[in-house]
Amino acid sequence: MTTPVIELIDVHKHFGSNHVLRGINATIAKGEVVCIIGPSGSGKSTILRCVNGLEAYDGGEVRVDGIRVDRSAPSITSIRTHVSMVFQRFNLFPHRTALENVIEGPVFVKREPRESALVRGRELLARVGLADKEDARPAQLSGGQMQRVAIARALAMQPNAILFDEPTSALDPELVGEVLAVMRTLAEEGMTMAVVTHEMGFAREVADRVLFIDGGVIVEAGPAKQLLTEPQHPRTQDFLRRVLRPI
Amino acid sequence: MFWKDAALFFPILLEGLRLTVIVTLASLLLSTALGLVWALMRVSGIKALAFFAQCAVNVIRGIPIIVQLFYIYFVLPELGITFTAMQAAIIGLGIAYSAYQSENFRAGIEAIDHGQIEAAQSLGMGWAMMMRRVIVPQAVKIVLPPYGNTMIMMLKDSSQASTITVAELAMKGQMLASSTFKNSTVFTLVALLYLVMSVPLILFVGWLERRSKKS
Repeated sequence: MTTPVIELIDVHKHFGSNHVLRGINATIAKGEVVCIIGPSGSGKSTILRCVNGLEAYDGGEVRVDGIRVDRSAPSITSIRTHVSMVFQRFNLFPHRTALENVIEGPVFVKREPRESALVRGRELLARVGLADKEDARPAQLSGGQMQRVAIARALAMQPNAILFDEPTSALDPELVGEVLAVMRTLAEEGMTMAVVTHEMGFAREVADRVLFIDGGVIVEAGPAKQLLTEPQHPRTQDFLRRVLRPI
Repeated sequence: MFWKDAALFFPILLEGLRLTVIVTLASLLLSTALGLVWALMRVSGIKALAFFAQCAVNVIRGIPIIVQLFYIYFVLPELGITFTAMQAAIIGLGIAYSAYQSENFRAGIEAIDHGQIEAAQSLGMGWAMMMRRVIVPQAVKIVLPPYGNTMIMMLKDSSQASTITVAELAMKGQMLASSTFKNSTVFTLVALLYLVMSVPLILFVGWLERRSKKS
């Protein structure tokens, strides 16, 4: 059996006296798309942030490609080049153009020659449908366009997995589709993805598995269609009822 | 009468003006470099460094510039460290202003959205590269208008170098006035010369502020 790309083994995390992750166990295999759903404040985003070391965890172990994630170890840099992250609020560099945002990591972190990074950067922008925007600054782009640049920036690192932290939650409803479409293509191409999302339609169609998190524990996990259509646990049923029929 | 005296005094005052410009520019350079060091120590996340920088800035801020100049020029020689008056003036003003510069730089750095730090980290950037590629370039825009104001203040405060015998513009004026008794002519000229140097800076700051509001 091959090493999973991402492994979480009994992961605990406190914010002060608040015990936000209470023993998370999960693995994500190569090529798998896992959606993480759950009420706000349940610890979904914290899980992703522990995977690439943006947040420290204080119990258990997180492994990426078999290497223990430790924020204070030198290995954290290479781990972060193995798993890219796409943020809810895009976090593009506002002082750089779309293309410069995309090549920043390859050129300055991975020390790739600028010429080849530029060629690949243009290809990636074309892939997310923004070939004509390479010279635009983030301020000149719509939310959906910014998020697609952010996805291109993540892809430019040639990662083994991409973490998506509520990638469509900050978008106007009419812009959600264009971002989900790009993510769907990535999934079809075999990219390993962990997606924290409220888009149940996306989860049902694209995800291999869904984890339902509440109160810092995985309440229920299973194949996407099964978990979303026939949830077993009452808390999952209750959550899905409220999300799917909000009124 | 005024114009005749003015024509006579002007070349003498220009000598002082030359020293004023040198003291201002050199201490501006020093205060900027040192201020950036304090600011980066403050935001380094290393507690000992941050604490040291904070103490240094508070000590510097809490002592009048003139006393710092006296200390460097009159006290340090007793400890075997001797500077010329010009050197002492540049070092003293540079250190004194580094405290204000650092507070300005720190405010600029801390104004950057935390998401920028996370984006840089998630690309695998270390602290130094994140500062150089992501944080500082954005902070510069925020910091520039107050930096311009500091330049104006330093130009005027360079006159304090006169207290440790640097014959800059204010001192030259005082010497001329006390030897010729033409107080009004001399000090009017001195004031005008400072104003001529300040006004372009003031206009520059105004332009920076308008520009930063636009973006």
